[in-house]
Amino acid sequence: MPKVTVDGQEIEVPEGATVLQACELAGKEIPRFCYHERLSIAGNCRMCLVEVKPGPPKPQASCALPATDGQEIRTDTPMVKTAREGVMEFLLINHPLDCPICDQGGECDLQDQSIAYGRGATRYTMNKRAVTEKYMGPLIKTIMTRCIHCTRCVRFSEEIAGVDEIGALGRGEDMEITTYLEQAAEHELSANVIDLCPVGALTSRPYAFEARPWELKKTLSIDVSDAVGANIRLDSRGREVMRALPRINDDVNEEWISDKARYQIDGLSRRRLDKVFMRQKSGKGRGKLQEASWDEAFKAIAKAKPGKDIAAIAGDMVDCETMFAAKALLKACGSTLLEGRQTGMDYDVSNLAAVNFNSTFAGIETADAILIVGSHIRWEAPLVNVRLRKAVKRGAKVFVVGPFWDTTYPAVFLGDELSVLGDLPDEVAEVFNSAERPAIIMGGAALAQGALGAGLRFADQFQLVRDGWNGFNVLHFSAARMGGLMLGYAQKGGMKDIVEAKPKVVISLGADEMDFEPFADTLKVYIGHHGDKGAHAADIILPGASYAEKDGTYVNTEGRVQFAEKAVFAPGDAREDWTILRALADALKVEVGFDSFAQLQSAMIAEVPSLGEEGLADLGGLPKADEKATAEGTISAYPIKDFYLTNPIARASEVMHRCSAELLHGGELAEAAE
Amino acid sequence: MADRNPAADTPELRERWGAFEFTESYRAKADKAIARYPEGRQRSAVMPLLDLAQRQVGEETDTQGWLPLPVIEYVADYLDMPVIRVLEVATFYFMYNLKPVGKFHVQVCGTTPCMLRGSDGLFETCKKRGMEKGRVSDDGLWTLTEVECMGNCATAPMVQINDDNYEDLTPERLDEILDELAEGKQPKTGTQEPGRHTSEPANALSSLEKMTEENHDYRSEW
Repeated sequence: MPKVTVDGQEIEVPEGATVLQACELAGKEIPRFCYHERLSIAGNCRMCLVEVKPGPPKPQASCALPATDGQEIRTDTPMVKTAREGVMEFLLINHPLDCPICDQGGECDLQDQSIAYGRGATRYTMNKRAVTEKYMGPLIKTIMTRCIHCTRCVRFSEEIAGVDEIGALGRGEDMEITTYLEQAAEHELSANVIDLCPVGALTSRPYAFEARPWELKKTLSIDVSDAVGANIRLDSRGREVMRALPRINDDVNEEWISDKARYQIDGLSRRRLDKVFMRQKSGKGRGKLQEASWDEAFKAIAKAKPGKDIAAIAGDMVDCETMFAAKALLKACGSTLLEGRQTGMDYDVSNLAAVNFNSTFAGIETADAILIVGSHIRWEAPLVNVRLRKAVKRGAKVFVVGPFWDTTYPAVFLGDELSVLGDLPDEVAEVFNSAERPAIIMGGAALAQGALGAGLRFADQFQLVRDGWNGFNVLHFSAARMGGLMLGYAQKGGMKDIVEAKPKVVISLGADEMDFEPFADTLKVYIGHHGDKGAHAADIILPGASYAEKDGTYVNTEGRVQFAEKAVFAPGDAREDWTILRALADALKVEVGFDSFAQLQSAMIAEVPSLGEEGLADLGGLPKADEKATAEGTISAYPIKDFYLTNPIARASEVMHRCSAELLHGGELAEAAE
Repeated sequence: MADRNPAADTPELRERWGAFEFTESYRAKADKAIARYPEGRQRSAVMPLLDLAQRQVGEETDTQGWLPLPVIEYVADYLDMPVIRVLEVATFYFMYNLKPVGKFHVQVCGTTPCMLRGSDGLFETCKKRGMEKGRVSDDGLWTLTEVECMGNCATAPMVQINDDNYEDLTPERLDEILDELAEGKQPKTGTQEPGRHTSEPANALSSLEKMTEENHDYRSEW
């Protein structure tokens, strides 16, 4: 490990570190624009200049210079100071002074660094360069005059997203960042370039001119648009969530979030259920939903006298606390009719490790042979696809069973027949036999076809579980799924069992994807936040809180327990879900054993201890594979038909509809006049 | 600097160039260029391929040739690489014409050494003949471009017309050359100074005199 001296302080740095990293290890701040930890090194902004001995007597770009033994690095000499001032002056020559009307204002790298390292005034008197705006789709707003040519966006789209769509045309001062023919950036992670842009050249289109960073309240939350559980920060002003930004968590989302996670939040203030509604049984408005009071609603439910004939269906976005509160209520009534797999899946959940993403997201990067069965990963978990791309870059081979989708990395499609699981082509079997870290990823389409057993047999056959490695993975795409399974939201026969039990009352906890038709004679109580499919079918609507409006525990598909905080209050009469269920317990005259959120949580943790500890839950080892398990059938399609409209919040979001229309359906949308 | 935006993507452009394909001889050259690079690195051949495509377009249109977007897309497809990466290369190098040019692309160097040796007069000459910067002349013969240093400073001022350099020019000499070209003849390329062969000193040696006889080591004298 090389030893270097930074400003007189001797430190040891890891092999392969750059001078910039060495300076950071020594606690020195090095200004930079083009350098980014997760992207390749470009070395074109020249802001990170330092003085290095031995070497030529001139400032060196520290981001592109390897740290070697015996280097003497200075970051505090007059030469470095002048060099930084000079670079900053050049960068500002063509950068407009429009900070007061720039959305990046207040969180702009250029602004901050020009204050810290600039010389305070310009000597340039000629005209500044002006660049025409480039269209990059419904999410990214461009003001290209502000661009300082760091090429972070170009490198992101090429290296991380895997879609070569952004490029730098021209050269020198005339260089312009654009997509080919100004086509929209069509990728599920495209909006991450907004965070990457160190200036205000790429800003958020839906968030344009909405708020300033310093007037926003920042709340740590967890994304519920898929089962990855990306760590996000909700920025809110007053009662409105203004934007969602990624938090850094190397184990989960690294530094990225999907466009859906970022931009579905405008759906939080549209189509909200903010009053109690009841369906009229008689009179002129028969069959119509009518506003009601909480009391009336609770009385109506009590009147149905459910006794033990009560069922609860968990939606895709509910937190563990809500599910536990409903479970406690049902338990008090004497029922165990709990289910969360709304679409009727009935895979075996006796061992949760068998339905978990055991490799972990960080671990799957190190796999060297991956079989994807029935999962459109780019849509079901875009951030996992980023990991797979990294694995492929390291030399992993990827095979897919299921219809074709654009993987962004080389992958071999083995057809749609699930039977291939037990009968791999020789060359594929050879790859898995010789792999050191083989892995399988089973998606929802495979689980729905009952391929879980065959997957486990595959894991057994190719020894996917070995020392320090577990390559058996199930990829869910509902944020509530793993938490629900841990809380017992699963019947042996899935939804079919619930239907057969003919409950008198069904409580839908924001369940919008389920089929309500078999429950025609049942009193359907919908506790949720959006006027979506579930609310349309419900007899009684009790307005609940969305993920932004309540504290809650979520478990992602890796079995990682994470806690989200409440950012804003729910609108109107809407209440946090557990309070509704607690009040319902009183109406039904049963005892659930908690009166506060803290009591609820401790009761939940007492029952499922792993929910009380943030981090990976210990789900034990894989079950013994059934030697005879085979998979049959064809994966004709993936469950997600439209990436941008998978949940009630996204379906209420104008931005998501726009994305869906423009990016997926190619609809011609006139760009709104700006 | 010249306007480096690609020609607009119009239906007419698509119709004219949408079916562009390398002819047999150009395909052979392209494949030879690709074969120079190791397997999996075919993209490295993007520059020769763009040049070949431009030449073929030139043959088809009887001009120096240029790169319409469909042709750029064809090259991207040929090398199986994202078209934006090809466009980046095409917009970076000035030798790729992004707009139609005339039969003779007159590139006059206007950088300091040439300017000091009278390149202004060359521009004047071109202008008198009806050439305008960045435009194809009405007879379709000429396009004038001002370029940066072409590395012929020792024989400045110089003009590059298609693949040939013409050096040591005066307005009169340039006029002659352009006349000959217009008539379909091939003028003498390189230096136009009588008695000069290449870029050797025009008169007597002024430096490195001892080198005329033998290989002299000057290093100890610096």
